[in-house]
Amino acid sequence: MTARSCAVVREETAAGRVLATDTVDAAVARAREVGAGRDGLNVFVWRDDDDAKSQASSIADRLADTKPGALLGVPVAIKDNIATLTMPTTCGSKILEGYVSPYESTVVKRLRAAGAIPFGKTNMDEFAMGSSTEHSAYGPTKNPIAPDRVPGGSSGGSAVAVASGIVSIALGSETGGSVRQPAAFCGIVGVKPTYGRVSRFGLVAFASSLDQVGVFGATVDDAARGLGAIAGHDPMDSTSANIAVPDYHAGANADLKDLVVGLPKEYFPASLDPEIRRLCDAAVDRLRGLGATVKEVSLPHTDLAIPVYYIVAPAEASSNLARFDGVRYGFRLEGEGLRGMYEATRSKGFGPEVTRRILLGTYVLSAGYYDAYYRKAQQVRTLIADDFRRVFESGVHVLFTPTAPSTAFQIGAISDPYEMYLSDIFTATANLAGVPAMSLPIGRIGGLPVGGQFLASHFDEARMFTAAYALERALGAEAHA
Amino acid sequence: MAVTIDDVRHIAALARLGLPEQRAAAIVNELNTILAHMDELAKVDTAGVQEAIGVGAEGLPVRKDLGPPFPLARSLDAFAPSMRDGFFLVPRLSTHESTEES
Repeated sequence: MTARSCAVVREETAAGRVLATDTVDAAVARAREVGAGRDGLNVFVWRDDDDAKSQASSIADRLADTKPGALLGVPVAIKDNIATLTMPTTCGSKILEGYVSPYESTVVKRLRAAGAIPFGKTNMDEFAMGSSTEHSAYGPTKNPIAPDRVPGGSSGGSAVAVASGIVSIALGSETGGSVRQPAAFCGIVGVKPTYGRVSRFGLVAFASSLDQVGVFGATVDDAARGLGAIAGHDPMDSTSANIAVPDYHAGANADLKDLVVGLPKEYFPASLDPEIRRLCDAAVDRLRGLGATVKEVSLPHTDLAIPVYYIVAPAEASSNLARFDGVRYGFRLEGEGLRGMYEATRSKGFGPEVTRRILLGTYVLSAGYYDAYYRKAQQVRTLIADDFRRVFESGVHVLFTPTAPSTAFQIGAISDPYEMYLSDIFTATANLAGVPAMSLPIGRIGGLPVGGQFLASHFDEARMFTAAYALERALGAEAHA
Repeated sequence: MAVTIDDVRHIAALARLGLPEQRAAAIVNELNTILAHMDELAKVDTAGVQEAIGVGAEGLPVRKDLGPPFPLARSLDAFAPSMRDGFFLVPRLSTHESTEES
């Protein structure tokens, strides 16, 4: 069961047929029904239903005086690393326990301006470092389709909020696949926009050259409308691009007769799960049936993406997370002198995966190893970005690949860090190259969802959405069967 | 380039992370296992390849080191662990322990 679509909620709220407070009540009731609490799916780290209802009431009060926003009356769940003024922002970490930001992220401000109602902060891998939402100070989040399995990560709480029908849109964040992979594992849509398309102001930094706020939707249309509401230039983020934002749902009913779809052969290795390959092949047949031209292409440096990613991201994280030292905000543990306080605070405040990545990042940036690891990784990153540039310059409009190499795995099944990192093997390339990408459901294996991924060239999200709308329409119920 | 226990102690000190001995020994193994996969990169010919600088279509934009006013809705002492007279309070440096007050 999914929440009512964003378009329907907006229309009915604007027409006065539904009160925004009733929509919030429905979300609260659904959260109770699916067991969203700490002992159940563990979706949220913070919810204030009274505050959400109060915001919904104010929407009703303003309705007669203002033009209905694009997300009027739509409750939206927010990942816990996106700053909110009225709710804590802890990044799923003990080191930020109870921290309430003194400013609000641009994306949440834009949601409010569009008439949306922020509905709780969602659980996540600590500081977005993980692919399973098992590494949170608040415990693991469970997949609503199979509660003994992970929802993917790091934005697992947001994915489950949508997949379990509590909300139709949620915000997540992407550094290496943290929206697309959980979207695939939970059978919903997840979008990572082009680097620079959405403001990072108020997104707690993990790896600044890779991070982007992303959107989950129950459907392609929900995700398109959600992204449309938050995209666009922001002077508060120097990496935000001043490029016009098109209407992402304009191509909702377009055919694909002029579309060229590339299938990068490196994403379909001999070792790929044959069932995932079968579902991808069926999706590609649908694309052909819709009129698209499909051709094989090559992105030859794909297999280097994980080594590159796990040097660049920890390196940037080791610098970004230096600010959590017990001095200015968050948790403090006294130690011997100033240094003792730093070490005690950080050692007790960070969990094991964050500690591991800070140490890895510090190592690859340290004297004697910088050239061999960090500089080399940044050079190979250039080669990965060049692969995409060449393919898109050759006339290919979008690429289609599997989103993840597996379906949702069992909670606790993966203990080797590198094996976990390989979950991102088909997603990290888009972050390294800065291109937009999205996952949508293309079927199930043994009842577990499988995602297909579209990628496009920089700032060409509109074409990616057009392809996704068409494929979603063609697959119909098969996408969830 | 195998990571040693001394390397781990060194980087833990740089990162201001206190590591118990047992955890430090485990980290040696974990980092060596992870970095073994990174050695793939050494095989790639990157002669003449520029390091990635920004991934947007326009590269990394450069702007003046100025920005709009930072919109703080609450004062710093609403969330700082310890403040006095507008300053963050921290424990005394060990090299200054003879002085009386922080």
